[in-house]
Amino acid sequence: MIDLTRNSNNSFLSKRYAVEKRFKLYGALALVLTTVFLAFLLLDIINKGLPAFTEHRVTLEVMVDPAKIDAVNPQAGDFDGLLKDTLRAQFPDMGSRTDKKKLNSVLSQGAADDLRDQVVADPSLIGQKIVVNALLSDESDLYFKGLAPAKDPAFLDQVKDKFGITKSFAWRFFENGDSREPELAGLRGAIVGSLLTVIVALGLGLPLGVGAAIYLEQFAPKNRWTDLIEVNINNLAAVPSIIFGLLGLAMFLNVFGFPRSAPVVGGLVLALLVLPTIIIASRAALRAVPPSIKEAALGVGASPQQAVFHHVLPLALPGILTGAILGLARAFGETAPLLMIGMIAFIADIPKGFTDAATVLPVQVYLWSDLPELAFQSKTAAAIMVLIAVLFAANGVAIYLRRRFERRW
Amino acid sequence: MDQISPAGIQSIPRIMAKRPTRISARKVNIFYGEKHAINDLSIEIPDRAVSAFIGPSGCGKSTFLRSVNRMNDTIAGCRLTGEVRLDDKNIYDADVDVVQLRSHVGMVFQKPNPFPKSIFENVAYGPRIHGLAKNKTDLEEMVVASLKKAGLFDEVKDRLHQSGTGLSGGQQQRLCIARAIAVNPEVILMDEPCSALDPIATARIEELIDELRQNYCIIIVTHSMQQAARVSQLTAFFHLGNLVEVGDTDEIFTSPQDKRTQDYITGRFG
Repeated sequence: MIDLTRNSNNSFLSKRYAVEKRFKLYGALALVLTTVFLAFLLLDIINKGLPAFTEHRVTLEVMVDPAKIDAVNPQAGDFDGLLKDTLRAQFPDMGSRTDKKKLNSVLSQGAADDLRDQVVADPSLIGQKIVVNALLSDESDLYFKGLAPAKDPAFLDQVKDKFGITKSFAWRFFENGDSREPELAGLRGAIVGSLLTVIVALGLGLPLGVGAAIYLEQFAPKNRWTDLIEVNINNLAAVPSIIFGLLGLAMFLNVFGFPRSAPVVGGLVLALLVLPTIIIASRAALRAVPPSIKEAALGVGASPQQAVFHHVLPLALPGILTGAILGLARAFGETAPLLMIGMIAFIADIPKGFTDAATVLPVQVYLWSDLPELAFQSKTAAAIMVLIAVLFAANGVAIYLRRRFERRW
Repeated sequence: MDQISPAGIQSIPRIMAKRPTRISARKVNIFYGEKHAINDLSIEIPDRAVSAFIGPSGCGKSTFLRSVNRMNDTIAGCRLTGEVRLDDKNIYDADVDVVQLRSHVGMVFQKPNPFPKSIFENVAYGPRIHGLAKNKTDLEEMVVASLKKAGLFDEVKDRLHQSGTGLSGGQQQRLCIARAIAVNPEVILMDEPCSALDPIATARIEELIDELRQNYCIIIVTHSMQQAARVSQLTAFFHLGNLVEVGDTDEIFTSPQDKRTQDYITGRFG
């Protein structure tokens, strides 16, 4: 009679089971550990970054005094003084120098600019009493967000009681370029810079990479030269990115004289950087297409070029798109080579073209993380959130495209 | 043109007297790098008949078959010396256009390999790249005619625009045959066309080969001696890169001249 029941008599078998159990446990542990780390990282970033998406304003009733604002040339008016006077009017007993300083530090330097824009757009406001939601400075903003203690909390509470403080979504975070004032600093410059750079990088890297992969995989003779090229492409993929930055600095800036800090140069450098990734992924995708398909096409008299472009390439497209996704993700996240070509400069203007000075999202993160103002901490985390969101969106588009091509077959 | 009798022992096969010669090979040697795959092969293949190549694995029968439409060109390190003539033209002449050649010499492969496209597109691809159809209706007629010749039309007429990969193995292979004959070839090469199919699908393909024989010069490589006996008129036995014996199929299977042929067809090796 064969004994098929599970029992502990067979020590060899139970040892085998124990090994299997232990292996599964290690796997599960590794998974839990990475999940915990990832969750911790994401939660920390979101927790730190969310406050940066809101801003606090103080509600002021401002008399747009024609004496201070010239109706002919409102642009030159003293809007800063206007706002400060309105504020000061409610605190008549604050006359000393320190008191004045305290009063002046409530509002952001940008508050007057908002009011100026409003009045310039509509000069009929001059001479009227209007309600202005004036932006607070970063320090008072942090106090009302509860993120940092104020130097004089009682005074800020008084301001809140007398005027009223409102909280709103900080659109300027997406509309402004970089600024030295944390409450005014925005990401638009970096987002536009990143997009321009990546457009150049993929616009160059994708056709070049896919073309090289098709040639090497389908047409090139297999000899010592192609072997050498293949080895070097694989080596290139492992070259530290800073080296590519140095290459860009030496070639594009010094030899060719391209503009410093420009997305076009950043894109060129990143194109070189993602080229090996795209070539390797595309070659793997092309190799995965069964050779019988190409043979079938050749068998009915297709030329090699027709066989590749009509049959092999469409079948390899999903895999090639995966390579493009990897290249895209790398190009978006790359910082080091861009430092070398000057994309680390403080640039307040939003780039309008490929040759304007610009910075990119990861460099912006690096720049902000370096600044001493407390408010930039949450700005940094928020910029990381935007970077991750942009990456997710780009990957999502690429994955959608890949699915669509896959379904066609 | 003088007749060549391979290995110098057989008389001229009877089928060669009844049919014109379509393909003749003279002193063909094929090398894969250092490996000598085909050794000094000479053979004549009749038109409008089925010729079967049999022999143990690795004997070079597929290699020689693939040299008839120069599919070996795609293999790196493959070299050929000698002549392979289609009608009176050596297909290895420098002025031969391989694409042109392959539109005259179609091929059906071991594993059914339809394009992952619709049934219609599979058959229409050949005529389209060769510019055979004048317009859309012309193309449609060609596709339908080819599918009918391949005996597949009745089974797929309601789903011409569904994927060709959704068909059964036997249907896929007939689709590949339809694809091959859509470009009006004179010669059809079949490299073990039934090795991946069940007996019923095999019988169906064999029937089809028998019908196609009326209009085409067909060469079939097969591992099944019964199949060779059933479908072919001429049989050539290959062994270790040599063409051992060639003759009328009934002769080869009833009274082989060579000891090796006899041993192989009686199942002593192979």
